[in-house]
Amino acid sequence: MNSSPARETASGTGAGTEAIRIEGLRKCFGELEVLRGVSLTAHKGDVVAIIGGSGSGKSTLLRCVNFLETPSGGRIVINGEDIKMRADGTPTHRKQIEKARTRLGMVFQSFNLWTHRTLLENVIEVPVHVLGVPRAEAIERARTLLARVGLSEKADTYPAFLSGGQQQRAAIARALAIEPSVMLFDEPTSALDPELVGEVLSVIRDLAAEGRTMLLVTHEMKFAREVASHVIYLHNGIIEEEGPPEAVFSAPKSERLKQFLQTVA
Amino acid sequence: MTALRPLLVPHRIVMMLVALGIVAWCAVSMRWDWIPRYSGLALEGLWRTIWLLVVSSVLGMLLAIPLGLAQAVGPWYLSAPAKAFCTIIRGTPLLLQIWLLYYGLGSLFPQFPAIRNSELWPYLRQAWPYAVLALTLSFAGYEGEVMRGAFSGVARGQIEAARAFGMPRRTIFRRIWLPQAIRNALPTLAGETILQLKATPLVATITVIDIYAVASRVRQDTFIVYEPLLLLAVIYMVIAGAIALAFKRFELRIPARAR
Repeated sequence: MNSSPARETASGTGAGTEAIRIEGLRKCFGELEVLRGVSLTAHKGDVVAIIGGSGSGKSTLLRCVNFLETPSGGRIVINGEDIKMRADGTPTHRKQIEKARTRLGMVFQSFNLWTHRTLLENVIEVPVHVLGVPRAEAIERARTLLARVGLSEKADTYPAFLSGGQQQRAAIARALAIEPSVMLFDEPTSALDPELVGEVLSVIRDLAAEGRTMLLVTHEMKFAREVASHVIYLHNGIIEEEGPPEAVFSAPKSERLKQFLQTVA
Repeated sequence: MTALRPLLVPHRIVMMLVALGIVAWCAVSMRWDWIPRYSGLALEGLWRTIWLLVVSSVLGMLLAIPLGLAQAVGPWYLSAPAKAFCTIIRGTPLLLQIWLLYYGLGSLFPQFPAIRNSELWPYLRQAWPYAVLALTLSFAGYEGEVMRGAFSGVARGQIEAARAFGMPRRTIFRRIWLPQAIRNALPTLAGETILQLKATPLVATITVIDIYAVASRVRQDTFIVYEPLLLLAVIYMVIAGAIALAFKRFELRIPARAR
């Protein structure tokens, strides 16, 4: 799809077309304000890594992008399409949200493969039943995708019979099957045994290398540094510091980020 | 042969011989000469029992799905009546429900000329529609409760993944939520269907000739008591076994978790 690696470092000024733009996003859970005005822009081919301690709001940010959480305010533009929402953040057009979601390939921390379907069925589910791709064509594509993540032999296996790493790779194949314009990764390796982390990261690394646009919430600092074109450090619901990975990791300016990097290193 | 091996151990062989002995004794020393005379009626009764079971279970299940859904996630004006219905059905004897419908509703209908002259009257004056209705409502009441648990039991992440990929709500229900709920409920439903089978003889009290009614008829006609009842027990056990096997097969087709 988007094979041109338009990897201008800083976001907001990049040469590529804009894939996703978030402006002043806020999210409250009751009294608790988890996001307090977050803005970010990802252009085609950008890999934006979002880091931060637990409770910093990084997962919530990602979940607001595809409206799994209803934002409490702000603006979200996906592929140039402004998602209409009321002043309180609730989207006004459910169909618009549903359509926008089919452009966002979400990968969850806990995989969330549909347990009553085989891997192949998981991968073709959305193309066939939401996007209206002919079944034969979807199956062919699904087999290619499963081969890509190294799961050709497991196509007819149910998720419960697979390791966490295999399930997460299948979940990535499922997300790729909708030909997303942006991939959303919500701590994709946090639920994995340490020895399984590598296989998932290597799949994500390949996707980054081929110029896919991604928002990546992660605890893997080394990995973020390696694949990201732009790093965002969230603290208490606001962007404390951001910039190209070298700057953020090697020369952090804010005290909090310095502390954070020391604790996770 | 390998499948038989665990059966071929001394204590099991002895038990099997004992069982065979009992069957042989029953065959030889009890009276079975009435069977040919009643075989036609028995087959009709058997058919009626199975038909009642299948129709009332299928219709009851179709009712149970909205009943369960309303209780699991519905607004109060849907969940409250659904809850009331399930509570009333589960809180009263099925025999009472059958009689209320047949003797109550059934004797009310003829008083209205409009109903007597309607095209439905030929059905409404028979007993079986009331039997089907009562058994269906009963199954719906119990299974509505089972489905409530099954719907709530589907993991949040499963629905969330479907939402995240832009699935419309109907598609989520049809493709993800309902299939998973039914799969979760299958072991319970197997047992409940067998209970439903064993509830069908109650329809004999409103003149529906099921297999149980046939056995009673034999007793009244011939004064043979035990033999028809023994045969009846065997027939119910065979049907119950078939139901259990069918559900087991269905369950194994979609493995919920690794064994």
